[in-house]
Amino acid sequence: MNAKALILCLLPVTSLAQGFAGLGTEVDGFSTPAPDPVFDFPADHGAHPDYRIEWWYLTANLEDADGTPYGLQWTLFRSALAPYEADGWDSPQLWMGHAAVTTETAHFVAERLARGGIGQAGVVADPFSAWIDDSALEGDWRTLQMRATGSDFSYDMALSATGPLVFHGDGGYSVKSAAGQASYYYSQPFFDISGTLNLPTGDVQVTGSAWLDREWSSQPLADNQTGWDWFSLSFDDGAKLMGFRLQQTDGMHYTSATWITAEGETTPYADGALQVEPLLTNAAGVPVHWRLTLPARGVDVTVQAVNDDAWMTTSVPYWEGPVTFAGTHQGRGYLEMTGYD
Amino acid sequence: MTLLIVDTLTKTYATADGPFPVLRGVSLTLEAGESLALTGESGSGKSTLLHLIGGLDRADAGRIMLDGQDIARLDDAGRAALRRGTVGVVFQQFNLIPSLKIADNIAFQARLAGRHDAAWCATLADRMGLTDHLRKYPEQLSGGQQQRVAIARTLAARPKLVLADEPTGNLDETTAATVMDLMLALVAETGAGLLMVTHSLVLAARLQRRLHLRAGQVA
Amino acid sequence: MTRAAFAALLSHWVRNPVQLFTLLAGLALATGLWSGVQAINAEARASYDAAASTLDEGRYDRLVARDGAAFGQDVFVMLRRAGWLVSPMLTGDLDGVRLIGIDALTAPAGMGPVNLGGDVDLAGFLTGGDQVFANAATAPRLGAVTVLITPDLADDTAVADIGTVQRLLGRAGRIDSLLVLPDQPRNLPPLARIAPDLTLQPAQGSTDIAGLTDSFHLNLTAFGLLSFAVGIFIVHGAIGLAFEQRRGMVRTLRALGLPLNRLIGLMLAELLVFALVAGVIGVALGYVIAALLLPDVAATLRGLYGADVSGNLQLRPSWWASGLGIAFAGTLLAGGSALWGIARMPLLAAAQPRALAMAAGRRASFQLGAALVLLAVAIVLGFNADGLVTGFALLGTLLIGAALALPPVLNGMLAFASGRARSVTAQWFWADTRQQLPGLSLALMALMLAIVANIGVSTMVSSFRLTFTGFLDQRLASELYISTDSAEQTAALVAFAEGAGAAVLPIQSADLQIAGQPAEVFGTRDHATYRDNWRFLQSTPDAWDTTFAGQAVVINEQLARRGALGLGDMVTIGSLTLPVEGIYGDYGNPIGQVVLALDAFAQEFPAVEPRRFGLRVAGDPADFVAGLTAATGIGAGQTIDQAEIKALSLAIFERTFTVTTALNILTLAVAGFAILMSLLTLAAMRVPQLAPAWAMGMTRAALGRLELLRAVMLAVLTAALALPLGLALAWVLLAVVNVAAFGWQLPMYLFPLDYARLGGFALLAAVLAAGWPAWRLARTPPGDLLKVFANER
Ligand SMILES: Nc1ncnc2c1ncn2[C@@H]1O[C@H](COP(=O)(O)OP(=O)(O)OP(=O)(O)O)[C@@H](O)[C@H]1O
Ligand SMILES: [Mg+2]
Repeated sequence: MNAKALILCLLPVTSLAQGFAGLGTEVDGFSTPAPDPVFDFPADHGAHPDYRIEWWYLTANLEDADGTPYGLQWTLFRSALAPYEADGWDSPQLWMGHAAVTTETAHFVAERLARGGIGQAGVVADPFSAWIDDSALEGDWRTLQMRATGSDFSYDMALSATGPLVFHGDGGYSVKSAAGQASYYYSQPFFDISGTLNLPTGDVQVTGSAWLDREWSSQPLADNQTGWDWFSLSFDDGAKLMGFRLQQTDGMHYTSATWITAEGETTPYADGALQVEPLLTNAAGVPVHWRLTLPARGVDVTVQAVNDDAWMTTSVPYWEGPVTFAGTHQGRGYLEMTGYD
Repeated sequence: MTLLIVDTLTKTYATADGPFPVLRGVSLTLEAGESLALTGESGSGKSTLLHLIGGLDRADAGRIMLDGQDIARLDDAGRAALRRGTVGVVFQQFNLIPSLKIADNIAFQARLAGRHDAAWCATLADRMGLTDHLRKYPEQLSGGQQQRVAIARTLAARPKLVLADEPTGNLDETTAATVMDLMLALVAETGAGLLMVTHSLVLAARLQRRLHLRAGQVA
Repeated sequence: MTRAAFAALLSHWVRNPVQLFTLLAGLALATGLWSGVQAINAEARASYDAAASTLDEGRYDRLVARDGAAFGQDVFVMLRRAGWLVSPMLTGDLDGVRLIGIDALTAPAGMGPVNLGGDVDLAGFLTGGDQVFANAATAPRLGAVTVLITPDLADDTAVADIGTVQRLLGRAGRIDSLLVLPDQPRNLPPLARIAPDLTLQPAQGSTDIAGLTDSFHLNLTAFGLLSFAVGIFIVHGAIGLAFEQRRGMVRTLRALGLPLNRLIGLMLAELLVFALVAGVIGVALGYVIAALLLPDVAATLRGLYGADVSGNLQLRPSWWASGLGIAFAGTLLAGGSALWGIARMPLLAAAQPRALAMAAGRRASFQLGAALVLLAVAIVLGFNADGLVTGFALLGTLLIGAALALPPVLNGMLAFASGRARSVTAQWFWADTRQQLPGLSLALMALMLAIVANIGVSTMVSSFRLTFTGFLDQRLASELYISTDSAEQTAALVAFAEGAGAAVLPIQSADLQIAGQPAEVFGTRDHATYRDNWRFLQSTPDAWDTTFAGQAVVINEQLARRGALGLGDMVTIGSLTLPVEGIYGDYGNPIGQVVLALDAFAQEFPAVEPRRFGLRVAGDPADFVAGLTAATGIGAGQTIDQAEIKALSLAIFERTFTVTTALNILTLAVAGFAILMSLLTLAAMRVPQLAPAWAMGMTRAALGRLELLRAVMLAVLTAALALPLGLALAWVLLAVVNVAAFGWQLPMYLFPLDYARLGGFALLAAVLAAGWPAWRLARTPPGDLLKVFANER
């Protein structure tokens, strides 16, 4: 057994041994999110070492000149072994970068690991820069540059925001369970994006829209929650919907949603308002067709993966890929599913 | 009902020098409670006949009806049941179980047959003069004592037919006489039939009937 | 009925506890032997894996400073941020232990022999908890740090997080090399632009050693199977005797009306209970054997039995399952034939010894027939075996055939001796020995297989050791290996070396196809290094002369075998067609090699520029390197002192050789015990056989002496028969199985002294085993002997 795999097993945020259920483990010494947050930008775009986990999570729906759809992911996870940052190798902050490009027939994945404290990976708030190795997301949040490299692909993208930041839950305080587990959660869902995908088949010029999530917490799940199904949907009329369903060991679910108008006004929906129902699973048993209903908004759509096999073969495997939907509304988005391995 | 009917029984052994006929059509009958002596020269087939009747071996032709059953029709298990329950064999070589104590040897066949009767075993041990030896092992007993154990073991299961193959052949004359007295008395008391092979005309005379085998036939 | 019958069956054991003991002990020993061999096998593997992973560092290209000195870790970060997938290392000496610092997050998968099991304190490991991994032998030498024991590391080596190592060595922020991962992203910026002071040191390639160890693993596996065969014979003997003794009782039980099926069922149940009891004892015994014999107890037990972190041992379920499985399989295998015999035993065939002897005689001739057939198959296979399956089939037919042939052969020898005996006593002795033979034959077969396994395996191991040492001498003959960055550096190196009186041997190769096989061509300079150190398997008398004159080539064994090339055959290299004049052993290399003269190589492959060189240096290599650095700027980072690597590899292999010696002694001891058990069991049957001799005037003491003599004589005969068989076994392992598996043959060496010592051990085992039964026999009370006559059966 190699050290790397084992150390990954033990990474608290992405524990292979515990699966995503590990997110329900309580750890002493870390700060915990409190209601009525007051965010301080640009400082809060940076890292919060006193919280156990945090991520900068960007997904994009792209298409080339022919209209062929592509999905793109750029993620930087932070996982802390202890609630502080230190210089050098003694830093307890561990970083994990994931990058992916999904086509209708292929799914390219790259993963990088690093320790904080030595400069190999990190996030600085002002001027904003998030990086691990040669993968980076940099800019002032109105515009951003983004790049990533894997052994068989790379990309280089430019983003520009066309709307405001949106805050989920109660002003950015997002409750995840009946027991009150919560995280700080805001997004910039209004990015226009363009750039070049470098794939084994050649370079592709693409454009589309991107959605950047920011979330941090110390125990975002209750101890009986084992994974989630997360949707970010962009409606053709400009409105957006963020919704997720948390899986519980008792077979029950906890749902939450944010309705975002084209102008960026938000309405949060508490547990039960959004209904999420798997319709069809792929060969590996992961649901790739879903029915989402939000009666309060007259939404009843069927969501379908662009590529059923968007499985992230990373140290902690999960499913992440572009989707399209139809029904009462139409549009495209991204789906993330954890807890199925 | 007639306890035993043997009808034109034949038995041939296959040997290296070709087939060797031992019994060539032997017939006999035995009523319940009757005693019959079987005499004949050495090699005349007495033991062979006894083994066939006891279900220890199979005849080539002819019929053996024992207690209303045609034993040729019985399978292995059926003949084992016959040996346990209906007949009791007293061998020349005693054939005790060396690792069991005398008391357990006496009770053994009755236990196998599922009709163990402790009081009856005690009576038998007492009558056979074995009471002092019950806690010993066979190897600690003399030949005569061992044969008395073997007879007690057979009678303890209350068989309908006792087959005895020179039960006193290994014993000196005096001992033989004592053992024979005990056996005849007890067999008579239990009402079992008795078929006994013996060389001794004196002994044969003490039984109700006598048959002589010669060259594989009843003379 | 069942209870009475079962009680009667069991009463036999109560009355004969020695027999019960020998049966259970036989089963337990066979299981223990199997378990112990598994443990030892696993230990050998663990030590190889440790060796392999320590040497693994050489599997990757590395970046080092030109001067070999340490450099700042900022270079690591710069390279990573430029897209280079590199992982930092820092190595130093701590309390005489080689301390290696790694960064687990960036290290290549499979690198870093750290086995973080269970509840390792990850935060402690990564963030300055001063946790250091080392094996159990090395751990006590590391003073002021928290040492976690792992079997995966070689001796004198410890691994820790790079931050910890920097602190322990007082070298904050420094690293001394960067491993370059094999799978780099596309479009990397050139090294010179990011880190101009670093130079790329190509991978050493550890395939040599990996190939050798694989071969050794395979042979150890064969040994494991052999030990199982020995165990099966022991179990078979123990169970066979146990059944033999109860023949009379079984017959009586059936005559009294116990049905055959019931009887078989009961005996089977009894066997299974014994298998369970003996299996449990055996697994525990294997555990003890492993603990006693293995040099690296804690490490092995950790690996095998799954010790938890606190050091408490626990037997793993899989371990139990395998041990008990063997006990049950062995029992059923051995008990099956015994039960089959009972099922077929006629109710009446009186248990007369004579009839038995005749049945035994029939069995003996059947056995001899089977043995002859198997041996004939073995001989045919010996000429034709060319794959793993046929190799192992050859092994199986040879050993089983020989084991089956042993009793008839011994019987023949005894008959011969008995025919020539003069005195009455001698005649009786030989005849009586022959009568004993069937009862002892299984134990003797076990003894023979044990001796065969010992001879075979020690020959294999010792040949392996000689070959390996010789091979290292051949391949690591140069004192120094140096790599250069540029043609200028090469020129500077050559100039300096000439001045210093050192020979420069370029190491340069080109890949191509030869005789349809992938191969590497080496351009080699004429030097005594090759003439003195390389060993040919076949060659013409002046192979090196013609080769260095550019008129011939020499090739490795792999290419010769796969390309079906022999001496004198022509090979085509580009525009050249040259004859093969020598074939050399090249252990562990997966592909073919051709050695070509330097000039011919330069003409044929002008684009290949030598960058690695072996240097034959007369004085201290360190002085040479110092002078070289001063004169040319070629730093210590570009040089490798191979003597160190050689010593390290040899030390690691030495451990395994020790382990096999332990294995040898263990097998012999168990075979000796099998003889003891058989003799003890037979002792009861012996009394009636000895009584007549006693009655006719032999003293009991004389009888006892003869008993002992008999056992020793049988052991000597068995050992004498085992010697050629053991050598045949070694030959099969080295020349058939190895060739089939790896494409090269290990040369076989003979070790007569070792064999003599083994024979001595076998004798000792026999004397120890026969001593007690003989002594008991010599003291048999006269009453017991008399009883034989008093109580005719
Ligand atoms: N299994 C056998 N195979 C071949 N021949 C047998 C076998 N058993 C017995 N015989 C032969 O059959 C004949 C009858 O044997 P049997 O034992 O019935 O004689 P017996 O009348 O009991 O003699 P004895 O008075 O000596 O006991 C003998 O000639 C004997 O050799
Ligand atoms: Mg007779």
